[in-house]
Amino acid sequence: MLTHMSSSDPLAVSHGTTAPSRWRSDGRADGIFRWLVAGAATLVLVVLGAAAAAMLWGGRLTFETFGWHFLFSSEWDAVNKQFGAVVPIYGTLVSSLIAMLIAVPVSFGIALFLTEVAPYWLRTPIAAAVELLAGIPSIIYGMWGLFMFVPFMAARVLPWVNQNLGGVPGVGPLFQGPPLGIGMLTAGIVLGIMVIPFISSVMRDVFRAVPASLKESAYALGSTSWEVVWNVVLPYTRSAVVGGIFLGLGRALGETMAVTFVLGNSHQLTASLLMPGNSIAATIANEFTEADSDIYLSSLIALGFLLFIVTFVVLAIARIMLHKLAGKEGNT
Amino acid sequence: MHSLSRHLKNTAVAGAVALGMIAGLAQAATTITGAGSTFVYPILSKWSADYDKKTGSKVNYQSIGSGGGIAQIKAATVHFGASDKPMTPEELSQAGLTQFPVVIGGVVPVVNIPGVEAGKLKLTGPVLADIFLGKITKWNDPAITALNPDIKLDDSLITVVHRSDGSGTTFNWVNYLSKVSDEWKTKVGEGTSVQWPAGVGGKGNEGVAAYVKQIKHSIGYVELAYALQNKMAYTQVKNRDGKFIEPSLASFQAAAASADWSNAKDFYLVITDAPGAKSWPIAASVFVLMYKEPKDAAGTKAALDFFKWSLEHGQAQAKALDYVPLPDALVKQIEAHWKAEIK
Repeated sequence: MLTHMSSSDPLAVSHGTTAPSRWRSDGRADGIFRWLVAGAATLVLVVLGAAAAAMLWGGRLTFETFGWHFLFSSEWDAVNKQFGAVVPIYGTLVSSLIAMLIAVPVSFGIALFLTEVAPYWLRTPIAAAVELLAGIPSIIYGMWGLFMFVPFMAARVLPWVNQNLGGVPGVGPLFQGPPLGIGMLTAGIVLGIMVIPFISSVMRDVFRAVPASLKESAYALGSTSWEVVWNVVLPYTRSAVVGGIFLGLGRALGETMAVTFVLGNSHQLTASLLMPGNSIAATIANEFTEADSDIYLSSLIALGFLLFIVTFVVLAIARIMLHKLAGKEGNT
Repeated sequence: MHSLSRHLKNTAVAGAVALGMIAGLAQAATTITGAGSTFVYPILSKWSADYDKKTGSKVNYQSIGSGGGIAQIKAATVHFGASDKPMTPEELSQAGLTQFPVVIGGVVPVVNIPGVEAGKLKLTGPVLADIFLGKITKWNDPAITALNPDIKLDDSLITVVHRSDGSGTTFNWVNYLSKVSDEWKTKVGEGTSVQWPAGVGGKGNEGVAAYVKQIKHSIGYVELAYALQNKMAYTQVKNRDGKFIEPSLASFQAAAASADWSNAKDFYLVITDAPGAKSWPIAASVFVLMYKEPKDAAGTKAALDFFKWSLEHGQAQAKALDYVPLPDALVKQIEAHWKAEIK
């Protein structure tokens, strides 16, 4: 390789540069390049750290005043200046969990259909439609949720849920309550619809990247489409698929406008998914403009910091689970 | 070379002329800046558009909420702040500020009960407080049916709808509930946002209006304009003199006129639960906050001129937008207050 390069590089000679000096300039350029890309990557870490630090600093009054109590209190009383984060944290986690329960299987179905099952002429239009869904502003989802979906839930879905699931032992309390249409379940479903395009387009792209030879071998051995996807495509793309799910999860945790419209914005802790609740992002968006005392404002910023922590913890848990899963597979 | 230098010279002259013109414009027309209450935004922008046409002075008003308005005027980044909640005289003197009302509005309860039309249902302050406390949970509660013998009410559960964001509307609403219910006063209290014992929260007047329209058997509270524009079923409320009153510009005005402004230091007066046979019990006023000894004296003077013009000549515009203009006697009082307080 080296001899080939030096012998067939007339340019180096014609410009009067000797081989050692060419190596030196290459080395310099390489160094600069390394610093450049390292800088780009470091920038992310710096921004991340700075954002977390800024929120921690803004919320210091709250953490000083309430201490750990802030994490375990369900109080949110601007009049008596008592604040706690349990209700918004619970609402954020539960609405995102419902969203993922809906979005992950549906997205998997969409991606599977578009890569394995659908006729070729149908694939591009459906893929384009899914990506268009991702371009709709979240306020539109919120308005659609409030004006179209909430009445539908209140009139058709929730009475049925109440009657058929409300009495089931164990999960019954989750499904009892007046059919307002506004609440955790509705918010979770709207969130689920919102994150489907993110997860499904990532899944579709990575499914398409699976070498055709692998799939064709499996088909040649007599596998069904399902067996090919489950035993060949999914294991091959697993970490990318999980990355796509994280992307959707991150968006669900932080979504603000659409949730505010359909969640009910009530600082009360209830077991029922049909009752209104609150989320971290919705609380901040609702109350920031009129936060008229220092501790109130500080508590809202502290909530922002907690959203940061919650997202981090959720993603870390997901990553650990993935690691365990991979370990188990290695053993079998 | 020669032509280039001439060109440069021409450009310089043109630039100087342009700069001079800009400076001249700036002198002729000051821009008045303000921030605060969203409730007052529609009428302030109407007034400022008309005032601009008349005098060439522009008013740049940011409707960022009353809390934000107070913060901005305290930081002296604006010429005036606007708040639905008056500051106490102590708070004002601490910050070197003074305040005066500019316009009157009102908060009305709205219900969604099939078959019940606007202005039909009768409620009292204590009953409203008990509903919002979650103590009265059904529409056929004896406390409600006793007030409404002619209306058939069934045992549907009441859904309470309140504001999810902090707001002056909420402040006036809970201020009224605190005045008429001791239990509300001790358990919940008053403020621009409170810890609601019951119900769901909608963002903004429009959010509450949307929830009440969608949830059957619900009750909420909005500004009158929202109730009228959305054709919602507002209720009558019993006032301090024991009369059931319908919300209207006339009953808001009666409340504003009967309030004892002359004895209120710095106009610190919330006109809920006002006396008078024709007074609406949940009327509200919007206050403007200004410095007594402003650093930017010219800007403050311009802002005062704007409010003087608005209070004296802006009544028709206010009525057209469902606001109540201040009574004449109060306007005179405010103008005297300016002379005495603002340097």
